[in-house]
Amino acid sequence: MTAPILALRGVNKSFGPIDVLHDITLEVKPGEVLCLLGDNGAGKSTLIKIMSGVHQPSSGMIEMDGQPVSFPTPRVAAEAGISTVHQFGGTFPLMSIGRSFFVGVEPTWGWGPFRVYDRKRANAIAVKAVQDMGITRISDGDRLVGGLSGGERQSLAIARAVHFGARVLILDEPTAALGVKQATHVLRIVNEAKRRGLAVIFITHQVMHAMAVGDHFAVLIRGAVAADFKKGEKTREEITDLMAGGASMASLEAEIEGFMASHDGHPPPPAE
Amino acid sequence: MSASFSPGGLLRRPEAGAALGLIAVLVFFAIFGGLTFLKPAGMASWLNVAANLGVIAIPLGLLMIAGELDISVGAMVPFGAMTVAVISGHYGLPIWLGVAVALSFGVIVGLVNGVLVVKTAVPSLIVTLGSLFAVQGIVLGLTVLITKSTSVALTVEGPAKALFGDFVLGGQLQVMVLWWLGLSALYIFFVHVSPFGNWIFAMGGDKVSARNAGIPTDRLTIILFVLSATSAAFVGMCQAILYNSAQVAGGQSFIFNAIISVVVGGVLLTGGFGSVVGIFFGTITFAIVTQGIYYTDFDRNWSSLIIGVLLLGAVLMNNTFRKMALSATTKKKGAKV
Repeated sequence: MTAPILALRGVNKSFGPIDVLHDITLEVKPGEVLCLLGDNGAGKSTLIKIMSGVHQPSSGMIEMDGQPVSFPTPRVAAEAGISTVHQFGGTFPLMSIGRSFFVGVEPTWGWGPFRVYDRKRANAIAVKAVQDMGITRISDGDRLVGGLSGGERQSLAIARAVHFGARVLILDEPTAALGVKQATHVLRIVNEAKRRGLAVIFITHQVMHAMAVGDHFAVLIRGAVAADFKKGEKTREEITDLMAGGASMASLEAEIEGFMASHDGHPPPPAE
Repeated sequence: MSASFSPGGLLRRPEAGAALGLIAVLVFFAIFGGLTFLKPAGMASWLNVAANLGVIAIPLGLLMIAGELDISVGAMVPFGAMTVAVISGHYGLPIWLGVAVALSFGVIVGLVNGVLVVKTAVPSLIVTLGSLFAVQGIVLGLTVLITKSTSVALTVEGPAKALFGDFVLGGQLQVMVLWWLGLSALYIFFVHVSPFGNWIFAMGGDKVSARNAGIPTDRLTIILFVLSATSAAFVGMCQAILYNSAQVAGGQSFIFNAIISVVVGGVLLTGGFGSVVGIFFGTITFAIVTQGIYYTDFDRNWSSLIIGVLLLGAVLMNNTFRKMALSATTKKKGAKV
C-alpha cells in the first residue's frame, strides 16, 4: 500500500461568518485518480483553491508525503508539485503554443539582461510534450492556442503540468464545456497521467466521466464529504442521487416516467 | 524570430494590419499630395510628431496589451514640462535637477496609478481618469501659486539642451526622433526577444492563469504604469527644453492620439495581443495622416475625418486578421470541430 502524496486532515474553511468547508479529510496516492463530485456550490472550487495555495484553510492540516505543509501562495504549491488546470485550460488564446506552454519559465539563451527567448526550443519541447500525451495532431508550436479545440487546449494544459514535474494534478471540471469526443480525449490523457504515476484530483459533476477514470470517489455536499468510496462500490444512480442530495433525483425520474406513461409518451411541458 | 514563412505565420503577426494601413496611407498621400512629404523636410514634420507621440504610445500600448489603460499621460506631459520649467527656469536651479525631479514625478504618479489599480481592482480607466484630473489640478494650482502665471520660460544650454531638446541632422529633426528610435529598439528587445514580454502577453490574455503560472503580475502592472507616466513626463520635459517654455494646458491630445496609434498598430483593446513594431507603424501612420494633409489640396480640417475612418478601418481589419490567424493552420491540417 503506497502512502498518499497529498492529504487533507480535518480541513475547515470559512469566509467571515460563512462556513464553506467542514472537516474535510481526503487523500490521494500516486497513480490514483480521486474524483471530487458535487453539485454547484458544494465547495469544490474552494477545496481546489486550498489545495493549490490560493486560499489558506481556517483550520486543519495539509500533508504532503506525510509531512505537514502550508501553501501561502499558488507559487509555493506549484513548486511542491501541485498543478491546477482550469476549465478552459488556463491558457492564453492569442499566444502561440510554445509561448503559452512556457509562460513564467521561458527557455532562454544568452546572458544577464540580454537573455533571449528561445522560440525554437520552446516550440519543439511543447509539441513533443503534447504528442507524448497522445495528441498527435498538434505539430506546429507557432499555432495560436485559441485555434485549438477545447479538448486540445485541456490536453496542452495537462501536458504542460506533467512536463513541469507536477506530482498532483488538479483538474477543475476539464470536461464540462466539451463535446463527447473531446471529453474522451481528455479522459484518455487523465489515464495517461495516472499511468505515469501522478496523483490526479478530478473535479466534475458528470458522473459518467468520473466513473470512466476514477479509482476513488468523494462526494461533497454543502461543504462536507458526504460519501467517500472506492471504484465499484456504488452504481451511477447511487452517485447521482448522492450528488443531488439524496433520493430527489430518483423520485424526479419516477415522476417523469409516470407522466410520460399517462400522456402517450410525451414528456411534461417545461415549467413556466 | 521568423524562421518559417507561411501565410499563417504572417497573419499571426499583430503588425500585419498596421503595415498594410501604413502602406495605404502612404499611397493615399502620394496620390493626392505628391511625394513632397517623403522628402527630408516633409519627413521631418511627421517624424517629429511621430517621435513625441511614439515615446508615449509604446508604453501605453504595452499597458493595453497587459489589459490596462493609462489616460493620465495627458496630464503628465504638461506636468513634466512645468516641473522642469519651474525648477530650472523660474527658480534658476541646475537643469539636471529639473530633469531629475520631472522624471521622478513621473515615477511617483506611475507608482500611485499602479498601486491603486493593483490594490483596489478599480478599472484602470477610472483610476487614471482620477489621476488625470488630479495632476491637471496640481499643475495649474502650483504653477499659478509659484509663478503667478500659466506659462513659464526656460532657457537651457549645453549638453542638456543637446540631449533633450535640440534639432539634429540639419536642424529640422528633433532629438526626440533619436530617443524614439532607440527606445523602440529597446522595447522590441524586451517585449519580443527577451522572456519578459511573454509575461505581459500572458497577463493580458488571462491574469489569473498568469499569476498562477508564477508571473509577478502586480509588480509588472506597477512597472508598466511607472513606464507610461515617466515616458509622458519625459516627453513634456523635452518639449519644454526644446521650445524654451512650458504651458499648464496642452497634452490632452496625447491621450487619444496615443490610443489611436496603439489600436491602429494592431493592439487588442482587451489585451493579450499586439506588438511594438505594430505600435511603431501605427504611430507613423497617425503622424502621416495629421501632417500629410498639409501637402495635399485638402482643407486640413478634414484630417480628423481621415483619422476616424482610419481607426475604424484598422480595427475591423485587425479583427479580421486575428480571426484568420486563429484558424490559419487549423484549416491546413484538416478541419476538425
